[in-house]
Amino acid sequence: MASPPLIELRGISKRFGGVRALDDVSMTIDRAEIRCLAGENGSGKSTLIKIVSGVYQPDDGEILFDGQPMGRLDPATSIGQGIQVIYQDLSLFPTLTVVENLFLNTYLRERQTTVNWRRGRKMAREVLDRLDVDLDLDATVETLPAAGRQIVAIARAVLAEARLIIMDEPTTALTGREVERMFRIVRDLQEQGIAVLFVSHKMREMLEISEALTVFRNGKKVAEGPIGDFDERAITRAMTGRDLNTGRFTAPAVHPDTTPRLLLEGVSVGNDVHDVSLRLMPGEVVGLSGLIGAGRTALAKAIFGLRQDVTGRMEVDGRRLAPASVSEGIAAGVAYVPEDRLSEGLFLTRSIRDNAISSAMDRYAPRLWLDGGRARAETEKMFDDMQIVAPGTDVPVSTLSGGNQQRVVIGRWLMTDARLLILNGPTVGVDVGSKEQIHGIIHGLARDMGLAVIMISDDLPELAANCNRVLTMKDGRLTGELSGEALTEGALEAAMAGATRKETA
Amino acid sequence: MKLLNNTDVVIALILFAAMVFIGFVNPAFWQLSNIFSLLKSNVVIGLMALGVLLVMISGGIDVSFTAFAVAGMYLVVRSMVALEYDGVILPFVCATVIGGLLGLMNAGIIHKFNMIPLIVTLGTASVVRGLVLGGVGTSNVNINRMPDALIEFGRTDILTLERANGTTFGLTAMIAVYIAVAICIHLVLTRTMIGRSVYAYGADKEAAKRVGFNTGRTMIFVYCTAGALAGFAGLLHSSMIWLANPRDFVGLELDVIAAVVLGGASIFGGRGTVLGTVLGVFILVMIQNSLILMGIDTTWQRVVVGGMLIAAVAVTALRDRRALV
Repeated sequence: MASPPLIELRGISKRFGGVRALDDVSMTIDRAEIRCLAGENGSGKSTLIKIVSGVYQPDDGEILFDGQPMGRLDPATSIGQGIQVIYQDLSLFPTLTVVENLFLNTYLRERQTTVNWRRGRKMAREVLDRLDVDLDLDATVETLPAAGRQIVAIARAVLAEARLIIMDEPTTALTGREVERMFRIVRDLQEQGIAVLFVSHKMREMLEISEALTVFRNGKKVAEGPIGDFDERAITRAMTGRDLNTGRFTAPAVHPDTTPRLLLEGVSVGNDVHDVSLRLMPGEVVGLSGLIGAGRTALAKAIFGLRQDVTGRMEVDGRRLAPASVSEGIAAGVAYVPEDRLSEGLFLTRSIRDNAISSAMDRYAPRLWLDGGRARAETEKMFDDMQIVAPGTDVPVSTLSGGNQQRVVIGRWLMTDARLLILNGPTVGVDVGSKEQIHGIIHGLARDMGLAVIMISDDLPELAANCNRVLTMKDGRLTGELSGEALTEGALEAAMAGATRKETA
Repeated sequence: MKLLNNTDVVIALILFAAMVFIGFVNPAFWQLSNIFSLLKSNVVIGLMALGVLLVMISGGIDVSFTAFAVAGMYLVVRSMVALEYDGVILPFVCATVIGGLLGLMNAGIIHKFNMIPLIVTLGTASVVRGLVLGGVGTSNVNINRMPDALIEFGRTDILTLERANGTTFGLTAMIAVYIAVAICIHLVLTRTMIGRSVYAYGADKEAAKRVGFNTGRTMIFVYCTAGALAGFAGLLHSSMIWLANPRDFVGLELDVIAAVVLGGASIFGGRGTVLGTVLGVFILVMIQNSLILMGIDTTWQRVVVGGMLIAAVAVTALRDRRALV
């Protein structure tokens, strides 16, 4: 007889008020298994993590570890059973050193009252050796890159004698190469008998690393099986309950004499961008791919007026563009949605309406007073156009989901009468269903209003499916262009890989 | 070598440079009698600064400690006069306990109601000062009524030297008390889990809770220690100047906080060392003292202290921001 699974959930249900967060969910995780738990926001993934880690008690059902029913599970018991959760924020101490971040947990568990630094160092070095990574033990965690912090969090879990490490959206802050490195570490963990549960909605990564997949939708388990049984399409269908549009975007044809929406000639930005020339017609959605640091963001910021060290010629609709400030950029019809919408794009505690009018204050408050009626009417129009799901325009933006927040950011820019929209990572942190709607909205705007869109993204399938052409960028220069039939994920990957190979050579 | 991280070395270098400069302007600076009197002025501010250091590492700020120092000092001295008690150990224990209990009040309010330490300590400081003046009295206890044992204790020297003209000067024994307390706090901060919990709490409060620190206990430790040190320092101050004034220490908060920030502690929490603080206190006291030696009017001291506080905060904030990138 095979040994019982590491952890087994039987018929788990959990309600919050009238909402069924989890509905009769059963699943198992075996020893040394790499499983992925997928689902959109609000599908019950986080509730499940909290039940397994003992933070929540289920209303129904039971949890078994090694075939033994656990009864009431509290956080200490869960940790004692070897369950370690790495939350998205990692819960590390930024001003403390790597060593200390690693040993604090263990010493706390052992109820130590004094700190044995020598032993802590030894433990830290051993666990990093075990993971086969090299980190400066005395560096403070805040000085490490995102990947380094992730490794510290993983090492801390391993030190706590983890048998199952649950990682909540572990790859969000990592670049492609760093993700590879993390996957290698995860496989090492597996060889040492540690199971890993990824909680993610990034399909590419799920397919690459996981052996098995469980999909949740609306608190129910809707699909499960070995990863080989799934392809991206099947996962998406399971997560959203419908097929997604994976077609290709074609830009509307324009008369050859039309003035380009955006014209760049020999544009350089400081040391980040060199001699970029580009022509964007109305209705085009142009992707910009490249590694982090390739100059994509610097170029976007230069067009928007966030960088002053720009040389070369920029034109919007045939008019010279040399924005010295963001307000000049906005006035010229440029809109920019930054990568980090939370810190750069939104006033989280303010209402949708306040956020919506914030980019075009001159329009709604031409003199001293705010034209409340106009602000309300236009916000409501935007609210409908962008298909935002919220109780109304007065709710604070912080209460919205990632997808709806992103719609507020994009919608706000449209209220400035933007003619060129630059989206930097438009769907980072947005779930699959919402993602598609956002793409649909962007396409609609491009087609109907003649908006030109530049889409900066690391998500190659997103670029391939949503742009009529994609430019690749490396070391501040445009290195290639794919369009029409040639624009496929595979081709993009090859182009990117080429750029990477050259870089490492 | 945990002790000598970069910031501490930088502070030591600044101190050294300042000493060379001041000695150059006025060679009287290097006379042993001046150095001894400098060290003496370090004791009370230094003891308070060690308490404030704990609070700042935990990410808070404390402006109530001077009020607690007054409470401990004045209550104890008045009781001693009233009871005609003449001893040393019991009064110091009492002053320390009074400070500690008042600190417990800070900890309770801050932790229970999750309030901003600055506001809480501003409030408790005002309440405690008011209670002391209204409930205990407003008159000074002068040298003629001060308990003899306290005066004797305050006068103890560990080293007495003779000047050329036959008069003597000494190094106060209180410096030994200060150093002993500093070493204790250093050991607690670096070698015990409660000490590390202060850093963890200051670095990330939520993460500290999540890994399993009892953060309530951390808060109690931080604010009780700060209060206890203030109470102790208050009475020590009184025994060194042979006077108990219930309106004492007004405005000293600024000097102490400036010294701690000069010593490299971060106003954002999670950073700071005992060595740095001891050096910071020395720099501050030395500069105040040297303004007198250099013949600058004492009223300008406030300008200099305020300026140093802002400069030190600016420099540490720059350091911390750079580290965040």
